[in-house]
Amino acid sequence: MNEVVGLSNGSLLADEQSLIRIGQQVLEEARRQGATAAEASVSVGTGLSVSVRRGEVDTLEHERDRSLAVVVYMGQRTGAASSADFSPESLRATVAAACSIARYTSEDPARGLADPSLLATEFPDLDLYHPWALSADEAIDLALAAEAAARDADPRISDCDSATVSSGEGLRVYLNSHGFVGSRRGTRHGLSCVAIARDHAGMQRDYWFSVARSADELEAPEEVGRRAGERAAGRLGSRRLGTRHVPVLYTPMMARGVIGQFLGAISGNNLYRKSSFLLDRLGDQVFPSHVQMQEHPHRPRGLASAAFDDEGVATRDWTVVEDGRLQTYLLDSYAGRRLGRQSTGHAGGVHNLELQSGDQDFNQLLQTMGSGLVVTELMGQGGNLVTGDYSRGAAGFWVENGEMAYPVEEITVAGNLKDMFAGLQAVGADRDQRGSIITGSLLFESMTVAGE
Amino acid sequence: MTESLDIARQTLLAPAGMDDAALEQAFDRLLAPSVDAADLYFQCTRSESWALEDGMIKQGSHSIDQGVGVRAISGEKTGFAYSDDIVLPALLEASGAARAIARSGQSRSLQAWQRGRGLKLYPPLDPVESLTDQEKVDLLRRVDAEARRADPRVEQVFVNLSGSHDVVLIADGEGRLNADVRPLVRLNVRVQVEHKGRRESGSAGAGGRHAYSRFLDGDRALDLAREAVRQALVNLEADEAPAGTMPVVLGAGWPGILLHEAIGHGLEGDFNRKGSSAFAGRLGDRVASEYCTVVDDGTLADRRGSLNIDDEGEPTQCTTLIENGILKGYMQDRMNARLMGVAATGNGRRQSYAHLPMPRMTNTYMLAGPHDPEEIVRSVDRGLYAVNFGGGQVDITSGKFVFSASEAYLIENGKVTRPVKGATLIGNGPDVLTRVSMVGTDMELDSGIGTCGKDGQLVPVGVGQPTLKIDALTVGGTRG
Repeated sequence: MNEVVGLSNGSLLADEQSLIRIGQQVLEEARRQGATAAEASVSVGTGLSVSVRRGEVDTLEHERDRSLAVVVYMGQRTGAASSADFSPESLRATVAAACSIARYTSEDPARGLADPSLLATEFPDLDLYHPWALSADEAIDLALAAEAAARDADPRISDCDSATVSSGEGLRVYLNSHGFVGSRRGTRHGLSCVAIARDHAGMQRDYWFSVARSADELEAPEEVGRRAGERAAGRLGSRRLGTRHVPVLYTPMMARGVIGQFLGAISGNNLYRKSSFLLDRLGDQVFPSHVQMQEHPHRPRGLASAAFDDEGVATRDWTVVEDGRLQTYLLDSYAGRRLGRQSTGHAGGVHNLELQSGDQDFNQLLQTMGSGLVVTELMGQGGNLVTGDYSRGAAGFWVENGEMAYPVEEITVAGNLKDMFAGLQAVGADRDQRGSIITGSLLFESMTVAGE
Repeated sequence: MTESLDIARQTLLAPAGMDDAALEQAFDRLLAPSVDAADLYFQCTRSESWALEDGMIKQGSHSIDQGVGVRAISGEKTGFAYSDDIVLPALLEASGAARAIARSGQSRSLQAWQRGRGLKLYPPLDPVESLTDQEKVDLLRRVDAEARRADPRVEQVFVNLSGSHDVVLIADGEGRLNADVRPLVRLNVRVQVEHKGRRESGSAGAGGRHAYSRFLDGDRALDLAREAVRQALVNLEADEAPAGTMPVVLGAGWPGILLHEAIGHGLEGDFNRKGSSAFAGRLGDRVASEYCTVVDDGTLADRRGSLNIDDEGEPTQCTTLIENGILKGYMQDRMNARLMGVAATGNGRRQSYAHLPMPRMTNTYMLAGPHDPEEIVRSVDRGLYAVNFGGGQVDITSGKFVFSASEAYLIENGKVTRPVKGATLIGNGPDVLTRVSMVGTDMELDSGIGTCGKDGQLVPVGVGQPTLKIDALTVGGTRG
């Protein structure tokens, strides 16, 4: 079975059918070894990544991965195993390892495959597969263009830590013993640049990146480099701030993380464990009434688009927050059963969760804020989902009278996520599409800033 | 080492029918005239993990990952390819792809093989086999029972036991052949307590390069359960943390994450070769107070961050980074050492065969100083005493770093008074240690729980330090 992933150095891969055959053999082997139910996922991926530095190639990496994972059920007990070896002997041994573990796990009434009635039966073409016939030399040229643009962006750019071009594609099939067979094939291409700026006081770094399913949707390398350069140079001369309570504006890149914390707090796995500061809040006002949050899993070319989740459950559009009220939890089958509910198709996370934007762009949000802090970088762990307590290192800009006054660093921002969400004054129109969470800037009414 | 090399040949090469001649064929492809260095990294990692929750053995998993990474270096350029299939055709193809970095030309051939040297810091055992599955789940249940016995306010107990057996064989273009068999285990306990509607959590863990049986010695596993409950109960009483700059006393052991973030990353060779670290070009400068001597030591027996050889086949060593406040050295892998004209320090590490090696830390700690730990606390009028931490992060270019306290107390008039909620501490790496005015006699290493991320690659590490006082550090609480 080793021929499945060809050794040629071109575009991949196994055809879907051969991966499905492996998955079927795994399910059959599980049945033979005594499992009452089983699920298997088989995936292969390949990629090329090139980084340049100072006009020369720094690293040239060829990637090729494959993996086989199985979960078996012996009644209400479960065991899992995985391997990178697709040979028949390995397949048998992997199933045996999972079955052996299942003999020692506990009877758990909530355990099991997804409800058959929820499994996806339609597989719309989500337009996720756009291979890029990118040679190493072409990738090098693109990366060099990004690096040169970063250097040209500002005379104080002293160096680029790296400019990187990457291209990858993957195929994953998922099967379970309810008879579900689904496959996902997709590509992901990226361009990124890390620039370093220097002045008498020291150095600052910052970055920019572009990522897309299709190469023609990537930002131009000149644009990626220029933005990295401008951002790094913009941080030179950073000062500290005195400790204060002020409004804080998170740029879209930073906003994504804090929305991720919200999603963690409404995810079934934290709720049934009572490890969330948003317990029993379904239907409640958790954001101000202007906040709308929707999920669109079938968006063509979406970075997180998928027709089914990691358990085969059909994905569909969800309104997660309407007029600031929480409309649904995010549940997989297990958490759903623990909470007496059905899976919402969120095994493995959200698929294109979008905050509806207000009409203010970034500059208008600065005006709305008046004086306060713009956060362009966060450091360290996020919040504590059990309590909602939130404290992170930050850098950004101090704003006075709606204008960026000067860059700031070596400060912290802190509050409680529950209060931050309730006091979310505005969602910007400056939407950032580069991830599974799509949001504009977020203006929080008040946070504690600690500094000198 | 011989034993490890035999195990590695048997595990990695024999199943594919490969021998030294096969490795030579790969080097025939790799060693172009402009290739300065090349290596093959064969690896097979077997790992397992068991999870208890709600008093149930909720999940168990087993995985085997194996493959070979092939690297060619020409000047500052690196070509890299890997395969998760350890067979000759895949090895030769990866060798051709990695060599694409170099100009073409007649290949040169390998010199005769010689066995590398290495240390003997841990036994070449497979932890997965060191207890039966029944003994593993019994251990989890005992930990759970102890945590629930410790206090009626305990609402949830999560226990995780994991172990891995990592076999590596490293062959390089200079004919060195080296191997290592690396056990690694970890036991982690997290508890959630509830009292009058308020919920808090606490956690404790331990691990290292040894068999699971170590957790059974002297009730060590049960101690972790009690420690996690203690922390959670302390947090149940915690007030808002202060906001602002103040004296901070850090406890011994795991708070050494300070050193890892504030200076450790900034002293890794790659950042200094490229000049992107705030510490670049500062060897010989004073970067810390006279009380501070900091080392990176990969040679401690059984420790989580220790290695018999690094991932380039170089024996690990104890490298002095800062001596009495003066910056003495960087941590190097072979490539950066060669380009900077210094010796490698055994710090070349990689997450797996599918990743490129980089200079990484092993066990990074500060040596004991002259001060009585109690005297250190007494010297503070108003400040923070932080004894447990979550993670940290650093921007090595600006030097700014953070680390997040998970158990902390106010110091008022020289006494530890009330507990406060967790908060992030932020500082500037190149000068934070200059404000270390007292260093305790109580040097301690962490319990074996650290994982370090760099460029998306995770490797196990250790940290340690004595109790110490930083005269001014910014505390990111909410009460300001």
